[in-house]
Amino acid sequence: MKDNTYQAVMSRKNEIMKKAIGIDYATFENDGIGFDYEKMMRETGYTLEEMQKIQGETGVGNTPIFELKNLTALARKCSEKGKGARIFIKDEGGNPSGSFKARRAANAVHHAKKLGYKGVIAATSGNYGAAVASQAAMQGLKCIIVQETFDSKGLGQPEIVEKARKCEAYGAEVVQLTVGPELFYHFLLLLEETGYFNASLYTPFGIAGVETLGYELSMQMRERVGKDPDVVVCTNAGGGNLTGTARGLIKAGATDTVVVGASVDLSGLHMASDGQFNKKSFTTGHTGFGLPFATYPDRSDVPRSAARPMRYMDRYVTVTQGEVFYMTEALAQIEGLERGPAGNTSLAAAFSIAREMDEDQVIIVQETEYTGAGKHIQPQLSFARDNGIEIKFGNPKDQIPGVNIILPKHPSMIKAIDLDMEKIRKSVVKNAVQNNNVTSVSKADIAFLVDETGMDEAFVTETLKELDIKF
Amino acid sequence: MQIKKGDWVKVHRIILTCEQRAPQVPEDTKKVPLEMWVKGFAQSDSELGEEVTVKTITGRLETGKIVEVNPTYSHSFGNFIPELLQIGIDLKDILFGGDADER
Repeated sequence: MKDNTYQAVMSRKNEIMKKAIGIDYATFENDGIGFDYEKMMRETGYTLEEMQKIQGETGVGNTPIFELKNLTALARKCSEKGKGARIFIKDEGGNPSGSFKARRAANAVHHAKKLGYKGVIAATSGNYGAAVASQAAMQGLKCIIVQETFDSKGLGQPEIVEKARKCEAYGAEVVQLTVGPELFYHFLLLLEETGYFNASLYTPFGIAGVETLGYELSMQMRERVGKDPDVVVCTNAGGGNLTGTARGLIKAGATDTVVVGASVDLSGLHMASDGQFNKKSFTTGHTGFGLPFATYPDRSDVPRSAARPMRYMDRYVTVTQGEVFYMTEALAQIEGLERGPAGNTSLAAAFSIAREMDEDQVIIVQETEYTGAGKHIQPQLSFARDNGIEIKFGNPKDQIPGVNIILPKHPSMIKAIDLDMEKIRKSVVKNAVQNNNVTSVSKADIAFLVDETGMDEAFVTETLKELDIKF
Repeated sequence: MQIKKGDWVKVHRIILTCEQRAPQVPEDTKKVPLEMWVKGFAQSDSELGEEVTVKTITGRLETGKIVEVNPTYSHSFGNFIPELLQIGIDLKDILFGGDADER
């Protein structure tokens, strides 16, 4: 009988993964710390045209763009004269499974089927599970979704419980677990047991699936306003949304568009803590995923993540839980669009950034997501209140994640806070060298780090000097 | 409660005991086991709270203690949050000038 202890299964990780993804990641590895990212994307992903065809066959993509005229007017009322960019939103909630994640799933499930797998497994508590389940239903594969759902008291976030229902509605098996990183261990065991495909969020085909979003967005805006958007805001967690969108924008030639990442500020809350699990009101789109994945993408469930947001991000901001809840309500009340809430993280950021921009400029929020019982601001706030979180009006910046949720007393108080990009980029370098246990790097490694940080050689070598790494 | 072979049930099982948990988990998480719930068709007659083998919807066999028969969903729209009501009122006042403007 196989040794299925935690240590034994984790030591079989690479072998299990190779069988479950069908990619030999070793072929893209360079000597030293780097790997050939573009080669990996080219040889294992799909071209834009192929992706559009694959997604089109299952009704994914080509979602509409709405101009948020009342929110724009509101932003202008809260701005200096002449400021307040036009705010647009791409209604990704219109995809078959209710979010942009259908784009990633369409490709992943198509790929699994092409390779002859009988089923797919994904480890996710979010919209991606529903997306994989929906695609598996369409393409006739079996599907298992592994979720981190409950704390040790058996209490589950209403949003995650709803995601489980949605996955089951599409015929998937849902395996629910309590809090802890060993979800990955159980996920590996399931892959081994079933021989199914690992529909990871972080494979080249999954990330490439989002490129169509960035490309479409550019084409639609050129038609609509005669130019590319000045700013695109992406809710950032694992980095795939931003990476794929930015790559799609580049493929469309929209190279002047500023790409902004936005996460909900959950500083101070530990993501693997049983006691803090239900103290947060966002299960994704927050800094607890956003920062670790931005500064070290290869912590994901594949050897080399295709989501590498720091290669593309121009600016990274945080907003508070209270600000996102407020904007979600605003979207319903003055725009007649009931969406979100987690996907509205980028909307809250865009509302703030629009006020820094000129009136003739254009900012676009690149996603929405479905809403409903459990996954809605009312049950989420109700759940928070039941868990002892104080909810009140005030200055959202006075918030303490896990203690209170402060709804802005006035929309002018919604303010995206810039994270220190230099510090984040330095962390990218630091994590790359430290996690590879090296004391010196080669010329090729430096070139890799230049790409990873989106900076120049001087920045990388300066950071390496600070870290006492020889080159 | 009697459970018949073929009934749709939810079962519960401990995946890792506290001692078996990963070294990197925080202290509070280390104090509790890693638990799992999954649904399937009972493979034999049983009783609520008893251990049974189930066949999941994908055809896998799992074992665990039965915690629910014909498990359903109880998530909802929660309790009313009065603060949410105020947001729309405030925004319409800022944008359209309240009752004075009837658009």
